[in-house]
Amino acid sequence: MAIILYDGTFAGFMTTIFECYAQKLEPTNICKEDSFQESLFSEHIQIVTDLEKSQRVWNGLQQKLHPRNRELPVLTFLSEEDGIEMRLYRFIKRVFNSRQRIDTDYADPDVLTLKKIERVVMRESMRILQFVRFQQTIDDIYFAPIEPQFDVLPYTLKHFKNRFADQKWLIYDVKRDYGFFYDLDQVTEMTLNEKNFSIHDGKLADNITQEDEATYQSLWKSYFKHINIEERKNLKLQRQHMPHRYWKFLTEKN
Amino acid sequence: MNETILNKLKILADAAKYDVSCASSGNKRPNTGGLGNALAPGICHSFTDDGRCISLLKILMTNYCIYDCAYCVNRRSNDRPRATMTVQEVVDLTIGFYRRNYIEGLFLSSGIIKNADYTMERLMLVARKLRTEERYNGYIHLKAIPGASPELIKQAGLFADRLSVNIEIPTEQQLQLLAPEKDFPSVLQPMNQIRTGIQLYKEERKKYQHTQRFTPAGQSTQLIVGASPESDQQILSLASGLYDQQKLKRVYYSGYLPVNDYDKRLPALKIPPLVRENRLYQSDWLMRFYHFQADEILSPEQPFLDLEIDPKLAYAIRNLHLFPVDINRADYEMILRVPGIGVQSAKMIVDARRFRRLTSLHLKKIGVVMKRAQYFITCNELAAHSRDWDPFVLRSHIIHESQSKYRKAGDTQLSLFHFSKPAKITSQPSMLFKH
Repeated sequence: MAIILYDGTFAGFMTTIFECYAQKLEPTNICKEDSFQESLFSEHIQIVTDLEKSQRVWNGLQQKLHPRNRELPVLTFLSEEDGIEMRLYRFIKRVFNSRQRIDTDYADPDVLTLKKIERVVMRESMRILQFVRFQQTIDDIYFAPIEPQFDVLPYTLKHFKNRFADQKWLIYDVKRDYGFFYDLDQVTEMTLNEKNFSIHDGKLADNITQEDEATYQSLWKSYFKHINIEERKNLKLQRQHMPHRYWKFLTEKN
Repeated sequence: MNETILNKLKILADAAKYDVSCASSGNKRPNTGGLGNALAPGICHSFTDDGRCISLLKILMTNYCIYDCAYCVNRRSNDRPRATMTVQEVVDLTIGFYRRNYIEGLFLSSGIIKNADYTMERLMLVARKLRTEERYNGYIHLKAIPGASPELIKQAGLFADRLSVNIEIPTEQQLQLLAPEKDFPSVLQPMNQIRTGIQLYKEERKKYQHTQRFTPAGQSTQLIVGASPESDQQILSLASGLYDQQKLKRVYYSGYLPVNDYDKRLPALKIPPLVRENRLYQSDWLMRFYHFQADEILSPEQPFLDLEIDPKLAYAIRNLHLFPVDINRADYEMILRVPGIGVQSAKMIVDARRFRRLTSLHLKKIGVVMKRAQYFITCNELAAHSRDWDPFVLRSHIIHESQSKYRKAGDTQLSLFHFSKPAKITSQPSMLFKH
């Protein structure tokens, strides 16, 4: 009986699973270390993230999951939902302990709940790919602020790294106050001490914006306006595909 | 310079917007050490006020045109602002937008200037410049200009992801009437060439791994709906032929907008036929993802789609003898045909029923629209609803049920006939991922 603390990363969580098996732990709760409140009556165990151990758990999971559910553990983890760690822990334990695949048993409430969480997180991460809008700085860095509902930014990095391989970029999660910077070689996590952009519409300060930037923004805005067919106006459909909460940082909507 | 390019972009975007194709899907092109890649499902980057997605930068190279087609906003007899972009301007615009993640790629079309070859060459030059000089690996969709030389189309196909030739008017006779300078053979010729090209290069690639890829995302076309008197059945059987024989990836349906209302050859419409267009898209989805045949959706006796109910529901009501479907036993194909069950739910049902017998409660949680499905299925405890229904009664009953939600609370007046209001247009079938 113990509360397990880990560093809050997915690798940390996978290590936790590993240790639970290795040390035969039966956690009552799994908490991120920075959000844990010390209590008198419970003992707690600190887990040290180990990439090798986490990789082993991940590989094991991949063999036990249906191809359609391969990403389910990481996506549901990113939902940051209350108690998601314990929910996932129970699920993963069942996956490992049963001989047959159980992750497609959608009539099971635990499995279905995770599947539904996966779906909304997946959609949110797709929307990052859709709605990120870069602005070019004088240092030739393409900067984009975002405010996702779930912590999906790490999940989207591979896409941006592949696509924008020959330009430096920085995508910043304003809500969680951290971001990732790509320097043409590697992607590194970072936190901005000084924010040179508006938190209302994400616009960079004028003195650090590339001179062409404003031109491209007005070109894009004008394109957005002129590609619309007035006779077919359907604002409800527009909002359905592009909910209002993303508009804040969209160049064409400001 | 900025002012002129801004002006040109306005004119040429305005001129291009009636081409509805926007998909950026169908090809997975890796980034080979430059800018950009293409994802198989495609990505929509924005949505305009009309609810349509912006995936590609959709512009015309020029909106000058030597033709005078009745349905086209860019016909030469229209007095409109005209503009032409240079190859370099299109390239710069594409790269500038792409780097900012505004777009997924370029969809370049053009009015015909001088002749077909000259026009096609300029489209091809843009694609070549993007691929070779800018090392751009994002999506490119080019129009294949009818009448252009096969060599140019081949070149274009080697640089582009997708090519398209628009048929526009579904029957030759009507095309002759509305666009006397065009004919079917000139449209079909490039289409045939692209089809055989794709096959040829695919075969070649099996033998030699390094063979270039030719139009890897396939080809598409567009049909205008409502500008000429064709029936839905004619449109759908044409589409189904295009899918089966020409191996097209997509057929787009564009509800006719009265852009040239002075032309007496065209019908006088006040609003575009949006519901009809929506029903056609739904039927198209049935053919592509639900394994329906065109003649199952419509028949010569019933040449038009029911505007009040969707084509899948209409099929089920016409074929009540095939239902109810036993959710726990029926094969995937049959489950797909149940109204209220989509591809995702059907797959989940087939997966989940291996563990236990499913009940209606399970189905509801999985995401089946029970309001629709209940008349067409049996599962553990749910009694078969459908046997007692008369098709006509069932139809009006379902319409009534689906509308009662929208009815005001105070509306208690009894009505003899339920099916009063026309069906509301909901949305185009999920456009987030284009296939």
